[in-house]
Amino acid sequence: MASIEMKNIVKQYGDGYPAVNDVSLDIADGEFMILVGPSGCGKSTLLRMIVGLEDITSGDMVIGGKRVNDLAPRERNLSMVFQNYALYPHMTVYENIAFPLRLSKTPDDEVRRRVTEASDVLELKEHLERKPANLSGGQRQRVAMGRAIVRQAEAFLFDEPLSNLDAKLRGQMRTEIARLQRRLGITTVYVTHDQTEAMTLGDRVCVLRKGSIQQVASPRELYEQPVNLFVAGFIGSPPMNFLPATLEGDRLQTPFGPVVLDERRAAAVRGRGELLLVGIRPEYFEDATLVDEAKRPLGSVFRARVDVTEWLGDSQYAYIPYEAPEAVTTQLRALSRELDSEELRTQAIVSIDATSRIREGREAEFWLDSRKVHVFDPQTGENLTRDAEAGARLTQMATEDRVEQVQDAQASGQTVSGATTGGGQGSGAHRAGAV
Amino acid sequence: MRYLFRPPGTDGAALLALPWHEPLEEWDPALLLEVPQRGISRHVVRFVAEQGRVFALKEIAEPLARHEYALLGEFEEEGLPSVSVLGICIDRPGGQDAILVTRYLEYSMSYRYLFSRPSARQSVDQLMDTLVVLLVRLHLAGIFWGDCSLSNTLFRLDAGALAAHLVDAETAERHPQLSRGQRHYDLELARERVGAELLDLQAGELLPDGVDPIDVADSLPVRYDRLWDEVTHEEVFRADEQRYRVAERLQRLNDLGFDVGEVELVTSDEGARLRVETRVSAPGQHRRELFRLTGLEVQENQARRLLNDLRTYRAYLEQRSGAPVSEAVAGARWLADVYQPVIDAIPPELAGRLAPAEVFHEVLEHRWFLSEQAGRDVGTTAAARSYVRTVLPATPEELTTPSVIANRS
Ligand SMILES: Nc1ncnc2c1ncn2[C@@H]1O[C@H](COP(=O)(O)OP(=O)(O)OP(=O)(O)O)[C@@H](O)[C@H]1O
Ligand SMILES: Nc1ncnc2c1ncn2[C@@H]1O[C@H](COP(=O)(O)OP(=O)(O)OP(=O)(O)O)[C@@H](O)[C@H]1O
Ligand SMILES: [Mg+2]
Ligand SMILES: [Mg+2]
Repeated sequence: MASIEMKNIVKQYGDGYPAVNDVSLDIADGEFMILVGPSGCGKSTLLRMIVGLEDITSGDMVIGGKRVNDLAPRERNLSMVFQNYALYPHMTVYENIAFPLRLSKTPDDEVRRRVTEASDVLELKEHLERKPANLSGGQRQRVAMGRAIVRQAEAFLFDEPLSNLDAKLRGQMRTEIARLQRRLGITTVYVTHDQTEAMTLGDRVCVLRKGSIQQVASPRELYEQPVNLFVAGFIGSPPMNFLPATLEGDRLQTPFGPVVLDERRAAAVRGRGELLLVGIRPEYFEDATLVDEAKRPLGSVFRARVDVTEWLGDSQYAYIPYEAPEAVTTQLRALSRELDSEELRTQAIVSIDATSRIREGREAEFWLDSRKVHVFDPQTGENLTRDAEAGARLTQMATEDRVEQVQDAQASGQTVSGATTGGGQGSGAHRAGAV
Repeated sequence: MRYLFRPPGTDGAALLALPWHEPLEEWDPALLLEVPQRGISRHVVRFVAEQGRVFALKEIAEPLARHEYALLGEFEEEGLPSVSVLGICIDRPGGQDAILVTRYLEYSMSYRYLFSRPSARQSVDQLMDTLVVLLVRLHLAGIFWGDCSLSNTLFRLDAGALAAHLVDAETAERHPQLSRGQRHYDLELARERVGAELLDLQAGELLPDGVDPIDVADSLPVRYDRLWDEVTHEEVFRADEQRYRVAERLQRLNDLGFDVGEVELVTSDEGARLRVETRVSAPGQHRRELFRLTGLEVQENQARRLLNDLRTYRAYLEQRSGAPVSEAVAGARWLADVYQPVIDAIPPELAGRLAPAEVFHEVLEHRWFLSEQAGRDVGTTAAARSYVRTVLPATPEELTTPSVIANRS
């Protein structure tokens, strides 16, 4: 097991276009790192450079302290999980897991030890002597994981592994991968374009755009303290609302009335131009009649006409149209194109309680939690109100959780012994929110 | 439901009546054809016969089906040895996966058949070399296979030699050029899969004793590196060696089964530097020539063999008549007087075990053998008669190609 450090990695394909442009990223030993971004952002290219499938144009790829730029894939001892999930009908489940070791002529007792440990972790113990024909879909996938485990690779790599599975199996496998990674405490890099997958699986998420890192942080930090418009728009579903705003004193004038900023944020925004964008997540709204008195003064209240409501049983969304100047709509259109998302229309998506009686086509009163809004520079996309310290704290918390979970797993003897995680891991190896 | 298929679409039209709305696994067995020696597969794969032709159907996620359909189409156009794709069926009810339809590669043999017969005429070495030729060819074309295995390769006899065809392209990726890392990774995957498939045969007691799965698997990278180097290396030699060195290299590449595209020779005072660009397509010169003259579609080595016989026959005709005989006339006469009688001599119950052109090749071999024994040329007719009586019945019945079985019933 090993850390993976990337220093100023550049990849130019034949046409000279930098598919990956000056990426520096440290992945700690035992960490689960997600590479995410829209199609063409370079996430697969980056993963392939880790594996050794693409030559690195410049920069250093360091795995376990060793520069691997010039090593063949095999010499890097990494495991692309699910690359081979064929099941061989005449071999037992045991042998289906063991064969990579057989091929490398590992002694029998060592094979037995590793397969037994892997099958414990994967809960395949009862099936070891059976033929694979009758395994369920999930069990088959676990056999494939078992193969990866017994190799004792430095790290696991996944490239959109679930994209071709049906929805049910995908959900199962997502849980399975997360659980396994925790138990083994093995360094993992996972590529996906699905932000939901990114937010639920990783310790940290690296958001890429056009070959460059935008932000590396825990899911919560990305969600609460995005560095820019791109990250803010990419993370979260339904996405963050962006409204035009102008600053007057300590308040933002928006299509949904004035929003008061606290002193820190007002100061950060002051003098940053006439026209601003205020970003408000759907969850920061509520039906004003359902907000308790204690909370009410922490936000602002406005009236608006609801275009459509969407009731999902346990939640409800209201769509509120608003006016925006041309400059803003152009900017937002470009952003939604880049994010492969549906065309952003100038209407806010607002989450309201499932019990709310707000109706379509009527005016209603909404409450908006002004503590949590962010203000962006529409030109550069920069988040002017990002609280870096608060963000770092969120990522630090995630790191501590991870270390604790790995230790728990080790204490209960669930890890695979070849995969020892050095004692001091986690301390200092993480730079929360490091970009 | 939607069907996408490539012209000529007549094959496709014949299939439209099948129950595409049902899961492939639940299709009425009466519609299906058993192919006992097929490879291991993760997807549901079934075979059907329509109007005398056999097709393979694979149920697979739509993006993968589209991907495989597009790639197989490209491969065929470029003359890469792969199965030929007919089309896909998508938008099936109830959110079912797509179905990819390929034309059954007639007279193909799976590794399970080839390996599990100790008396097989093909050695393990031959099999591995054939696989490596296919992999090198794909790599030269910038194709990363991602799933090179024995299950995903079909073997066909070509005048006694073996030829390998790709059957499963769902993981394949096309690049302008492959990096060294990509080639080696692909090879590493192949090594592991071949090893596992042989271990599996061993576990099923289907592998002859003398074959060691690990040794065979480990031989793949060695064979590959050797061939890759032979095909791609640049040579430097003295100016006076130039002529024979170039000829030697081109001959060697042909022997290895590669056609040469462009040859680049840079000369300087120190000598000459030779770089040879290999065509990615399988050689097809003889195949095309034979087709032009006779309309027969056969494989390359078979075509070479048949053309040789055709030329001998033409010389005989010219000698007999004392006048030149045109190529076209010779082709037609050979087909009617020599080739067809041999094929017609195959009794119906033995038809389909070997491709007709392969039978013809074997008859020529047999004729040589009989003539040696007799001390005189016994002639093709007598050789054919003896061959179908003594040699052909020994070819295993399970080799019978599905279309012949389908047309019998
Ligand atoms: N072999 C190649 N030659 C030239 N350009 C390439 C090659 N592979 C990828 N690219 C380009 O590099 C960029 C990054 O591609 P990459 O596949 O890494 O993106 P991605 O984020 O994984 O996208 P996706 O989610 O669509 O797979 C894209 O612009 C792509 O077109
Ligand atoms: N066109 C064809 N001609 C002859 N045999 C075929 C053809 N298509 C498929 N087969 C047989 O069916 C088997 C399974 O097909 P295929 O490899 O496409 O399935 P798969 O489920 O994608 O396999 P894998 O598990 O390797 O991904 C092959 O190994 C081969 O023996
Ligand atoms: Mg296959
Ligand atoms: Mg396949």
